[in-house]
Amino acid sequence: MNNFKVLMNGIVKENPTFVLLLGMCPTLGTTSSAINGMGMGLATAFVLICSNVVISLIKNLIPDMVRIPAFVVVIASFVTLLQMVMQAYVPALYATLGLFIPLIVVNCILLGRAEAFAAKNGAVASFFDGLGMGLGFTIALTILGGIREFLGTGKLFNITIMPEDYGMLVFVLAPGAFIALGYLIAIVNRLKKA
Amino acid sequence: MKKLESSFKNMVIVLTVVAVVAGLLLGYVNKLTAEPIAQANAKALSDAIALVVPGFDNEPAANPDTIEVDGVTYKIYKATKGDKFIGAAVESSANGFGGALTVLVGFDADGKIIDYSLLSHAETPGLGSKAADWFKKGGKGDITGKNPGDKPLTVSKDGGEIDAITASTITSRAFLNAVNAAYAAYAKQNGNEAAGLNGTTGATSHVEQN
Repeated sequence: MNNFKVLMNGIVKENPTFVLLLGMCPTLGTTSSAINGMGMGLATAFVLICSNVVISLIKNLIPDMVRIPAFVVVIASFVTLLQMVMQAYVPALYATLGLFIPLIVVNCILLGRAEAFAAKNGAVASFFDGLGMGLGFTIALTILGGIREFLGTGKLFNITIMPEDYGMLVFVLAPGAFIALGYLIAIVNRLKKA
Repeated sequence: MKKLESSFKNMVIVLTVVAVVAGLLLGYVNKLTAEPIAQANAKALSDAIALVVPGFDNEPAANPDTIEVDGVTYKIYKATKGDKFIGAAVESSANGFGGALTVLVGFDADGKIIDYSLLSHAETPGLGSKAADWFKKGGKGDITGKNPGDKPLTVSKDGGEIDAITASTITSRAFLNAVNAAYAAYAKQNGNEAAGLNGTTGATSHVEQN
C-alpha cells in the first residue's frame, strides 16, 4: 500500500467515526458546535500522528507481553503534553473541551491504530496512517458539530445563519448527538452501497 | 532488528526506560509551559475584573482580600482609581442545576451591581447556559444597577422582581443566590474597613448598615 492510499483509507474507506465506529464518547460529547468538534478532532489527530510514529520506531524494542502498557505510556505522554500546551496557548478552547482532552488517552482509535497499524509498519507509513485517521476523525466531528450547531442554534462556526428562535434545542443536548450521528452513519452507508 | 524476547528482565528494563523517558519529557514541557499557563490564567481573571468593574488604574488581580461569611471564603478584588475606591469584584459560587456555578460580580462603591461575568458553570447548554447574558444590561432579567442590600435579588416566582431564565428557574435561583452571597461578602468587607480595621474606604453609609 502506498502512502496516499494509507492516507485516504483513514479519511474515507475506514473513517474511524462513520465506518469503524471508534471513539464514540468524544464524538458525542464534544460536538455541540462545529468549532468544538474541529478542536477535538485536531487534538486527537496530533496525538495520533505522534504516537503512531513513536510506536512504529520503538516497536522492535518492546517485548510483546508488555506492549500495551508501553503504548499507553507513549499515548498518555503525548496527551499530557498537548494538554499543557493548549492550557498555555489556547486557554479558551481548553476551557471548552475540558475533561475530554485527558480522555483522549482512552480513545480506542489511538490504541487501535497503534496495535493494528503502527506495530506492524514503518514510521513513514504510520505517519500517514495517523494523519489519515486523524483527518477522518476531524472531518467527521466537524460535520457532526456543524449539523448540531446549525439545527440547534441556527449558527455555523458562530455565524448566525437563521434566527436562534428557530433552533431545535434538542440537537445541542445529548439526544441530538445520537440522532444526528445515526442519520449521518445511515447516509454514509447508503453512499457506500451506491 | 529482531523483536526483543518477552523475558522478565527485558520487560522490566523496557517498561522502566519507557516510563523514565516519558517522565523526563513531561517534566521538561511542564517547566516550559508553567509560566504561560499562569499568565493565561491571570489574564483571564484580570479581563473578567476589567469587565465587571471598569475604569480602575490599580491591579486588583494582584492581591485579593479574602473574607469569610458563614463558613465560605470569598475573594474580593478591590478596584481603585487614583486613590479613590471605585468598587470591587467578588467571586462567588452556588449550586446550579448541573453543578457549581461560579460568577464574578462587580459592585460600585454604593453597592450597586455594575456587571458580572460567569466564570464557570455546568448548566444545560441552550437553557441554563443563557445565564451568561440573561442578567446583563439589555437582557430580560437585567440586574445591573440594582443593589442587593436594599432587597435580596430573587426571581419573580419567589416574589422578587427579576425575571428568571425561561425554563431554567433553578439556574436563575442559583445565580441570584451567588450574587446575593457576593454582596454579603462585599458588605462585610466594607463594614470591617469602615470600622477602622483596614484603613479608609469609599463605601457609603448604605453599605455599612448591612
